[in-house]
Amino acid sequence: MKNMLFGLFQKENLFGGSPEKEGIILNEDGTFLPNQKFYKNTENSNISVEGLDVYIQNQHILKNINLKIPDKQITCIIGPSGCGKSTLLKTFNKLIDTTDGVRVEGKVLVSGENLYSKHSDVTNIRRKMGLLSQRPCPLPMSIYDNIAYGCRIHGIRNKRKLNVIVEYYLRAAGLWDEVKDRLHTPAIRLSIGQQQRLCLARGLAVEPQFILADEATSALDPISSKTIEELFVKLKEEYAIILVTHTLRQALRIADYVVFMYLGEIIEAGPAQEIFKNPKKELTQKYLSGAFS
Amino acid sequence: MKLKFIEEKIFKVLMILSTLFVFGVVANILYTVVKEGWAAMNWDMITKLPGGGFYIGKEGGLLNAIVGSLYIVGASTVLGLIISIPVVFYLNVYRSRKSKVAYVARLAFDIMFGIPSIVYGAFGFSIMVYLGLKTSLLGGIIVITLLIIPIFIRSMDEVARELPKDIIDASYSLGATRLETIKVVIRQIAPGIATATLLSIGRAIGDAAAVMFTAGYTDSIPTSLGQPAATLPLAVFFQLSSPIEEVQQRAYAAALILTIIVLILSLLGRFITNRFSKNKVQ
Amino acid sequence: MSFKSITATSRWRIFKDRTAGGIMLTLTLLSICLVILVGFGLYLKSIPIFQEKSLWELLTTPHWKPLKGDFGFLPFIMGTVWVTGIAILWTLPVSLLTAIFLTENARPQMKKFVFPALDILAALPSVVYGVWGILVVVPWISDKLAPHFVEYSTGYTALAGGIVLGIMILPLLISLFVEIFSSVPKELREASLSLGATKWQTTKRVLLRRTAPGIFAAVILSVSRALGETMAVLMVCGNIAKIPDSVFDGCYPLPALIANNYGEMLSVPLYESALMLAAFILFVVVFLFNVVSRIILYRIEKSFQ
Repeated sequence: MKNMLFGLFQKENLFGGSPEKEGIILNEDGTFLPNQKFYKNTENSNISVEGLDVYIQNQHILKNINLKIPDKQITCIIGPSGCGKSTLLKTFNKLIDTTDGVRVEGKVLVSGENLYSKHSDVTNIRRKMGLLSQRPCPLPMSIYDNIAYGCRIHGIRNKRKLNVIVEYYLRAAGLWDEVKDRLHTPAIRLSIGQQQRLCLARGLAVEPQFILADEATSALDPISSKTIEELFVKLKEEYAIILVTHTLRQALRIADYVVFMYLGEIIEAGPAQEIFKNPKKELTQKYLSGAFS
Repeated sequence: MKLKFIEEKIFKVLMILSTLFVFGVVANILYTVVKEGWAAMNWDMITKLPGGGFYIGKEGGLLNAIVGSLYIVGASTVLGLIISIPVVFYLNVYRSRKSKVAYVARLAFDIMFGIPSIVYGAFGFSIMVYLGLKTSLLGGIIVITLLIIPIFIRSMDEVARELPKDIIDASYSLGATRLETIKVVIRQIAPGIATATLLSIGRAIGDAAAVMFTAGYTDSIPTSLGQPAATLPLAVFFQLSSPIEEVQQRAYAAALILTIIVLILSLLGRFITNRFSKNKVQ
Repeated sequence: MSFKSITATSRWRIFKDRTAGGIMLTLTLLSICLVILVGFGLYLKSIPIFQEKSLWELLTTPHWKPLKGDFGFLPFIMGTVWVTGIAILWTLPVSLLTAIFLTENARPQMKKFVFPALDILAALPSVVYGVWGILVVVPWISDKLAPHFVEYSTGYTALAGGIVLGIMILPLLISLFVEIFSSVPKELREASLSLGATKWQTTKRVLLRRTAPGIFAAVILSVSRALGETMAVLMVCGNIAKIPDSVFDGCYPLPALIANNYGEMLSVPLYESALMLAAFILFVVVFLFNVVSRIILYRIEKSFQ
């Protein structure tokens, strides 16, 4: 038998109780290849926001947000800086809770469950929402440990499993070939573009359903930024990707669905084609034409 | 020339003089201690216990004080770390920047930092009298631990406050709880912990006023926590008050040992802060 | 998979998180309580002497004869005031000038030399300062300085205490000043310079005025540090329980009183209580000074963030 199915990535093996997945093809010599059919998210994961208001220090930051975010697409949230894009993104993984003096009203429903209900499981929610921040933020440890960190937290301690996971997700983020010889060097020594891909791999390693990216390419050079964009396009087959950006061109390039925000409100939301070709609201037209930014 | 330019010149000269004065003082102290200490230094000093008639100038060494100091400092450093790392972690991760508890705690630790060691010594002594304890190694360890906890906490806190929020957020966003984030925080502030430890050891080993009351002094090496222990600073102090010159000389030797230890710690501290930021995210 | 239904593992993890939080909070509160405990303990110990004498009487009478039951703290309080006063009087200008030099005039590389030197000063144990004081400062005073002013001095004087103590607080003062001065925005200085002021005028009119509260706080903090310094001062100040008339007289500060007498105090009635009162007085003064200066420094820190 040349290849054998390696059941590592079946979800019950990793995090317990969820749909079957196919694993990794292990070659006889001990190397392995990621199975192309690996991870097909069969769950319909969508986010819908209902009547969300966010106040920080009694300032009304987000005003009555109602929104549905489609699965397996790239959703771009655009708008001038300070309009609440990042705050909205932070409400999706409840990272907003760590801000001083914050108050959240309304609902954020993920696959029908409200994140802001009393008994929601914060750690699990955050795991499901992979976050890619503006500046890459590697943890102060080696490349290997950066990826393994999340898995260890969620209970995977088996060294062999971890090795497989690390390699798999580094490959998924297109970083494996660049770092395979120095997995145990500090992550901070990577270039900034590599760091961002490392952060992506780290987020993917805990098996999220969504990828939240907060201007994830704005600190990168054009080439790294292109690599990340290409990764997003590849990843959208399996994840719902929500991308905050203030470069319109980026949204034009990769967005499937666009949300335009202004001063804490959603002005317009819809499929990218519609929004970019026929914006209905005057404000959106002005923004797209570059009247303000 | 205008008056304001003359004034400028005068003050510039004064400034340079003050700075040179500071250097001069450091140089003079080190020179004096090394010169006097080196003359009295010999191998016996650090390898032998005080022999009979040591305090009238006969042979022997300071091993009792060296070992006593190391015992006290070692134990209280470990205790201090065990208590202060969780406190620092709590103040910086569990509590937000504007938290009242954190404010009061920082103020309290700053005040504790300012309380003179003689007051800790007196307090420790009265507690020991109350409990019926004699001067002992244990007493010394407890008081020195009290003395260095605020140093530990405040110097680590200083570093932990610079902790980038992004790193904590990154850990949270992978689904870690606050407690699990400790791994990340500790790695990030590791150089700070090391420097704080060295700083505290320096303070602990040099302090005489607190151990004077609580650890006592003895010519032998303590074998249990209940026995008194000699310490280097007290070795300096007691021998210096002797009228016999040979004994006074030994005080200089003890002072030199103490100075060398402290200098090494201080240099090491600088070195770590400058270099040891291997894993640290800027 | 549901978000709401908390799995057993994550329930356990959240439980651990909360429990650890509780333990750490307790640890924090306990260590804070230590301040109160120290103050309260010393107060309890000094109660016996209050039953015999009023606080006012204790603080203002100059006679200290424990065997006769006279406990007048005045000489010791004055001793502390003299030594601390001398120390701050000469270190204030020196440290201000050095700090201004470092932040305003000197090249940045200068700090690389000065800070390690200050590190060494800050790290040296107080007995080493004491040794240095005995070897250098005391002979200098008795041989060189005092003969110009008085007939005879042993050298073990308030002045020697003040000099040694001053050197001990120098690193603290300088580093506090450097920190305070660096927090002043550059624009402020540039505004003054562009009006044609010299560097020193800018320093005097803008920097020093702007940072006056910080300087005040730093001085208070250093004074409180100086008040408690025991061994070095004890070794050079002469330990004579008399209010000094000049800087060439010996004196006897409060911490020295405690340190010198701890052994014999248990045998004399009220002696222990008197010494604990001395520690309590020291505690209260240092506590108040620290609270005031820290709150000012926190405000400054906040205003520049």
